[in-house]
Amino acid sequence: MNTFKIGGVHPEPNKLTADRKIETLALPKQAVFPLSQHIGAPAVPCVQKGDTVRVGTRIAEPGGFMSASIHSSVSGKVAKIDSVIDASGLRKPAIFIDVEGDEWEPSIDRSDKLILQSNKSRDEIIECIKNAGIVGMGGACFPTHVKLCPPKECTIDTLIINAVECEPYLTADHRLMLEHPDEIIIGIKIILKVLGIDRAVIGVEANKPDAISLLQSKTSMVSGIEVMPLQMKYPQGGEKQLIEAVTGRQVPPPPALPANVGCVVQNVGTVFAIYEAVMKNKPLFERIVTVTGKGLKNPCNLKVRMGTPVSQLIEYAGGMPEDTGKLISGGPMMGRPLLDDTAPVVKGTSGLLMIPEADAIRREERNCIRCAKCVQACPMGLEPYLLATASEASDWECAEENWIMSCIECGCCQSTCPSRRPLLDWVRLAKNRVGGIIRARNAKK
Amino acid sequence: MAQKLYITTSPHVHCGDTIERNMRTVIWALVPAFIASVFYFGLGAVIVTATSVASCLFFEWFITRVFLKRPSTLADGSAIITGILLAFNMPSNIPLYMIVMGALVAIGIGKMVFGGLGNNPFNPALVGRVFLLISFPAKMTSWPVPHQMTAYTDAVTGATPLNLIGQIAGGNSAAVDQLPGLKDLFLGNIGGCIGEVSAVALLIGLIILLWRKVITWHIPVTILATVAVLTGIMWMINPVLYVNPLYHLCAGGLMLGAIFMATDYVTSPMTTTGMVWYGIGIGFLTVIIRYFGSYPEGMSFAILIMNAVTPLINNWCKPKRFGEAVK
Amino acid sequence: MSFILTAVLVLGLTGLVLGLVLYAVSRKFKVETDPRVGQITELLPGANCGGCGFPGCAAFAEACVKSDSMEGLKCSVCKSEVMQQIAAITGHAVEVGVEKVAVVRCAGSCDNRPGLRVYDGAKSCAAAALMNGGATGCFFGCLGCGDCVKACKFDAIKMDPETGLPVVDQDKCTACGACAKACPRNVIELRNKNKLDRRVYVSCVNKDKGPVAKKACAVACIGCGKCVKICPFEAITLENNLAYIDFEKCRLCRKCVDECPQHTILAVNFPPKKVVAPAEPKAEETPQAPVEPAPMPENTVEQQKAE
Repeated sequence: MNTFKIGGVHPEPNKLTADRKIETLALPKQAVFPLSQHIGAPAVPCVQKGDTVRVGTRIAEPGGFMSASIHSSVSGKVAKIDSVIDASGLRKPAIFIDVEGDEWEPSIDRSDKLILQSNKSRDEIIECIKNAGIVGMGGACFPTHVKLCPPKECTIDTLIINAVECEPYLTADHRLMLEHPDEIIIGIKIILKVLGIDRAVIGVEANKPDAISLLQSKTSMVSGIEVMPLQMKYPQGGEKQLIEAVTGRQVPPPPALPANVGCVVQNVGTVFAIYEAVMKNKPLFERIVTVTGKGLKNPCNLKVRMGTPVSQLIEYAGGMPEDTGKLISGGPMMGRPLLDDTAPVVKGTSGLLMIPEADAIRREERNCIRCAKCVQACPMGLEPYLLATASEASDWECAEENWIMSCIECGCCQSTCPSRRPLLDWVRLAKNRVGGIIRARNAKK
Repeated sequence: MAQKLYITTSPHVHCGDTIERNMRTVIWALVPAFIASVFYFGLGAVIVTATSVASCLFFEWFITRVFLKRPSTLADGSAIITGILLAFNMPSNIPLYMIVMGALVAIGIGKMVFGGLGNNPFNPALVGRVFLLISFPAKMTSWPVPHQMTAYTDAVTGATPLNLIGQIAGGNSAAVDQLPGLKDLFLGNIGGCIGEVSAVALLIGLIILLWRKVITWHIPVTILATVAVLTGIMWMINPVLYVNPLYHLCAGGLMLGAIFMATDYVTSPMTTTGMVWYGIGIGFLTVIIRYFGSYPEGMSFAILIMNAVTPLINNWCKPKRFGEAVK
Repeated sequence: MSFILTAVLVLGLTGLVLGLVLYAVSRKFKVETDPRVGQITELLPGANCGGCGFPGCAAFAEACVKSDSMEGLKCSVCKSEVMQQIAAITGHAVEVGVEKVAVVRCAGSCDNRPGLRVYDGAKSCAAAALMNGGATGCFFGCLGCGDCVKACKFDAIKMDPETGLPVVDQDKCTACGACAKACPRNVIELRNKNKLDRRVYVSCVNKDKGPVAKKACAVACIGCGKCVKICPFEAITLENNLAYIDFEKCRLCRKCVDECPQHTILAVNFPPKKVVAPAEPKAEETPQAPVEPAPMPENTVEQQKAE
């Protein structure tokens, strides 16, 4: 079985919810939509206080080329445009909508019927995806319409579907594949049409044999789509690692893109959203969220309207355990800590994880004993110990020379460090500073 | 929400590895060699090891608490390992005061003056051993013959295989007859330092370290391979003067050094290519010192010299970056 | 006897020859340096803090000698007398600058600004500021990880373990600005030292709306604007729900201090107020007058002890 070559770790999978069916969560009383749910410029509100909206109404327009629109997931009145603390931990502008009933935009096809064919052209499909506000659902939230228009000078030959879900605990993509395989395959065909190529590979880690066999049986009759089981290793779901695992090609360091090696990677959740947008005319306002944690009474996979406060999800899953020390949006390796349970579910919320206090507290930091475990674990071939030391000493030059901008912030180094050093905290700081220095240098030129 | 949440950036989970766990595994891996040493040298081995460990622990505690006024670092287990390795590098008939002096130099000058575990450029146990070797050359280079179970400083000493190998290379072909059989060498039924005699016990330790993923294979294997290749070439050139490479692999401190001392985290390189160069350097220097130096055994000096080169190796040998080949 | 003679002769001759060689080389390769560079470097503090914009004190001294005037050349650390001495050496006139001192504009101690969460990451304000709002409800104030303490080359700033806030030692502070640069939240500002080190400043940088700021911190500026109205010198401006006192315009009348409902505006190093109010500019008696009796207290930041 294929996998990527350099580094990687094997965290405990802890997939507690792998065999829980997706359940639908009730509507919230008030839904909150932060204006920056994606990479790039924040969206600009196109509703005002007091406006009536329906499910699927666009409430914010893209604020630039690299941006995405936002749609209401509920029907009701716009209560206010204020600010909310989201998963970044910062106060961000957001639209608040008081829920009244559940009235959908009439253009949305709400039936379960599978639509196999569409006669939309390539440009129409891209427009459709853009209007639906679709962003990468894996967590990075990169606007999808931008990703589907790779630079002209790159020849794309392979579409890779990221169904790896290498983050421990999370099972949202796994359940989606089991319950909606046909929609995903149609979605892949749509993307192939947009890219004008005929080869797609679905990369799935070997710990999901049911999903692999299901997709294999569904794709056996479809030419061009291949299901590739991959050896379990974190961070296989990282874009660059997945491309290497599937095709053997290595993406050069930034600013190079996957398109430079002829690949486009899409998350399986994004593919499903594309199907719904193109075939059902349904914008992105729902997603599947894994609510999980070892102390949780009823860990589950939920279909959630965006804007729902996470407290409602936690309540559904049996309430936050007494000993919870950390509430994380996303998985344990790359997720972001939430400041409290009032934050809303956004496009990038793939999971909600509660970690008991005993596991949440970091152990006391010690001297680096130079064991080189971080160097061996780093999937990008970096030296995290050196980068962290350089960052601590504010030696940005040294950090840049040692390829800090290649870091994908996967957390392998820190999770293996026997001295419990906060390596990634320091690397992230240095990455931020070096990024600023590079931008300033480029601006001068 | 009643409870206060902790906030940190990712990752939020840890594999559970700690310094203590690694050190404990090394101690377990040293146990077979200790059992072998008790089997061959009896009381002397026990006294020397116990004294060495106790004095290393004492000096570590004393320096951290009294001089540096820091929390004690005894719990991390590194002082125990230094103590065991220091003892393993001494003959079993060495007087107590020398052991205590060795421990003071090892912990004090070898480690604590640089800021404790993680900052020392040289392997502390080897600093202690080389200090003793240069200060008390006679005592440090007369090794008791095995199977004197109750003897300590009064043990009868005899020539070790490395002495004999040196004599043979010097032209004394009569020494060939005194050379013990390979089986005795492998099992450890020979004279030598406490911990270095039994190759088989040390190899069991290597397997434990590799199995528990405390070390990687690069350093020990490259050292042993380099020594085997170099001595093999000399043996093929002139089998009368130079002995079979298997003797070199099993004799002296080569195994102990390659498995437990050269692989010391703090003083070995960080990248795999660096580790390979480091191993080749140690193997090369060991053979040079064994055949052309004035000391019969060159392992300690070879490791210390390569320790000094480690920062340079770290600078030169960078890991292969992802996407580096594609330009 | 002869071997002693030989030794003395050999050593003596060797010494002589080497000495001659050294002399020749030093004459041949002599580098002309301006002696004034050395003189100026000796006057400078030698901390290489970089506050002047040059890599170190020696570089600054060289720049002083090479430059045609002292314009733009100022060692922020040196007292003005020292700058005048330097000017005397270079032969240029020097402007006497206003002495400044670093001021920590946050009073969010553990009591005033309760911790809602526990920050458990790397001990660095810069790292903490990158990820989120920190452990309290205030997203603007001091993070308390001590980046400013690490940045200070003069040992003039220390963390107060009780309040969790940095405290500037005004006698040691040289206003080099390293702490202000290190602070990721711009809490530290260089302000005029003024006569007798008296200062009036808004001890808050919270730009949140009033209720949010008040909920996060008991002494937060809520942007009510009362201070702006009462200031007779138009020294106070209100922007983004935050008042700011322009230290160039401020005449230290302290009217704003009494007016502030949040006790956010601090006046330091003033003598304790008398119960009977004297004439201007001494303002009338207030309940939250500083408790310190000494006219020159050690610290620049005084904790409000009104409650």
